[in-house]
Amino acid sequence: MAQERLYLYPIWLRFWHFVNAVLCLILIVTGISMQLSDPSVALVNFNTAVAIHNITGIILTINYLIFFIGNLFAYNGSQYQMQFRGLMNRLMTQAKYYAFGIFKGETPPFPITLENKFNPLQRFSYVFIMYLFVPVVFISGWALLYPQTIPTTILGTSGLHLTDLFHIISGFIISIFMLVHIYFCTIGKNPGANFKSIINGYHEPH
Amino acid sequence: MREIYIRPSWLVIVLILLTIIIFAFDYSAEPLKYEDARKSSQMAPEEQTTDLAQFPNSDENQKCFQCHGQSKYTYENTEQGRMVNQQMYTELIISPNDFYISNHRSFKCIDCHSEEYENFPHEGILRMEYKYSCLDCHEGDENYAQYHFEEIDAEFQESVHSEKHSDDFTCWMCHDPHTYKINARTNENIKETVIYDNTICLDCHSDFRRFQLLTDRERPNLIKSHDWLPNQELHISSVRCIECHTEKISDSVLVKHKVLPKAMAVRNCKECHSTNPELLASLYKYEAQEVRSHDGIFRGITTSDSVVIGASRNQTLNIISLLLFAGVIFGIAIHAFLRIIKK
Repeated sequence: MAQERLYLYPIWLRFWHFVNAVLCLILIVTGISMQLSDPSVALVNFNTAVAIHNITGIILTINYLIFFIGNLFAYNGSQYQMQFRGLMNRLMTQAKYYAFGIFKGETPPFPITLENKFNPLQRFSYVFIMYLFVPVVFISGWALLYPQTIPTTILGTSGLHLTDLFHIISGFIISIFMLVHIYFCTIGKNPGANFKSIINGYHEPH
Repeated sequence: MREIYIRPSWLVIVLILLTIIIFAFDYSAEPLKYEDARKSSQMAPEEQTTDLAQFPNSDENQKCFQCHGQSKYTYENTEQGRMVNQQMYTELIISPNDFYISNHRSFKCIDCHSEEYENFPHEGILRMEYKYSCLDCHEGDENYAQYHFEEIDAEFQESVHSEKHSDDFTCWMCHDPHTYKINARTNENIKETVIYDNTICLDCHSDFRRFQLLTDRERPNLIKSHDWLPNQELHISSVRCIECHTEKISDSVLVKHKVLPKAMAVRNCKECHSTNPELLASLYKYEAQEVRSHDGIFRGITTSDSVVIGASRNQTLNIISLLLFAGVIFGIAIHAFLRIIKK
């Protein structure tokens, strides 16, 4: 039986997602450029990288409000609620599918529905990225924008250094997530199907 | 059993509240102002020397300090037959507390000054007394070879201080031999080193009374002339003036002494915020070595006083991040390859 297309990504979500993706790419490139800045081989000139990174970071925060407030009130928010009971089993089942089942042509253990558009691994990782690491990155980013507000010492170590560590480690984790996220998006009806979905809003069933 | 759902929005609210609490309860976050930096470079009361008996010449020196160690002194006017209280000239006041923690604390005053000063009132001719410079005592001395006094002097001779002000500008202008103490090599606290060293510059450049001794130029406004510098206060409390205002000539001299003309000061962010910055070669040179050798690599990641974006590198974190990155790329490649061949 041919399944119907599912309207999973409302326009506000697609707008937020598109802006977020572009901003994250800019932040990653300028962030790496600053962190590994080398006068002889600059990815982006340091001063330019700082200016772009600051402005992009500010826009990212504003854009995050769309995501945060949208998910507070829209149905989409329920997709990010996690249920503790059986969480480990569900994660393992999905991981086993990605590690073995997918190569044997098995059907996904958690098919995509309107109520459950994320599989357990997606839900788990999206929650950690969007509700932990992205907030950490923009909170620490704002602090670094106004470094004089950062406490001189936090827990006996330099506040500035600790804030910077939080910022770059979270940024690194988000960058790694982005790589994996983009790769896993190729797992769909065909490698390009999920990319079309996030543009037109409709999920094509396998 | 009732299902427990976690609403992740709470996580963000908790994070923001936590940040506000951490930031709000720190009262030391007030940025250092130029004036604050000057004040905080004074000794803390608990550091002040109280027991002078440990210094061999303290009794003899006390004869001088009883007048020159305070803002007023008392003498007997033999002509009028009465005791007179007199204000001591600020320039002639030497704080015993500062002196007895300085490098020259074991000296007698008359080791460098004429014995004639033991008589009061002092003879007017003593005003013409020769003032020893650093090299008069330290030149060619094996015991002080590690400080490279000769190279420091050569750098200084090329500096704008020496060229513009000729013989009026001596080592004393920055390093008062009564109070100077070695700092950059011995102090593990970078912030204190920065304040100590910057105070040396600010003593003239933000104190017009001293500044006009050497020049007729108008009163300098350091805040205005550093307007272009982002996060000015943080830079000034974290970095020494000399990092940008000097040129490195020799690797063996820890503190650069060739002060450049204003127009040649560093204005390029990349000079410090880059892979091989000047700062790591000077200001943070000792700190980086000390932290690694004393506390190991992990402590090195978390305990540094400083963070210089673009320059603060930690090899361990670099390697971990590169390995993780390579691992993820490798994993994706294998997964994609298997998907293609198993299709």
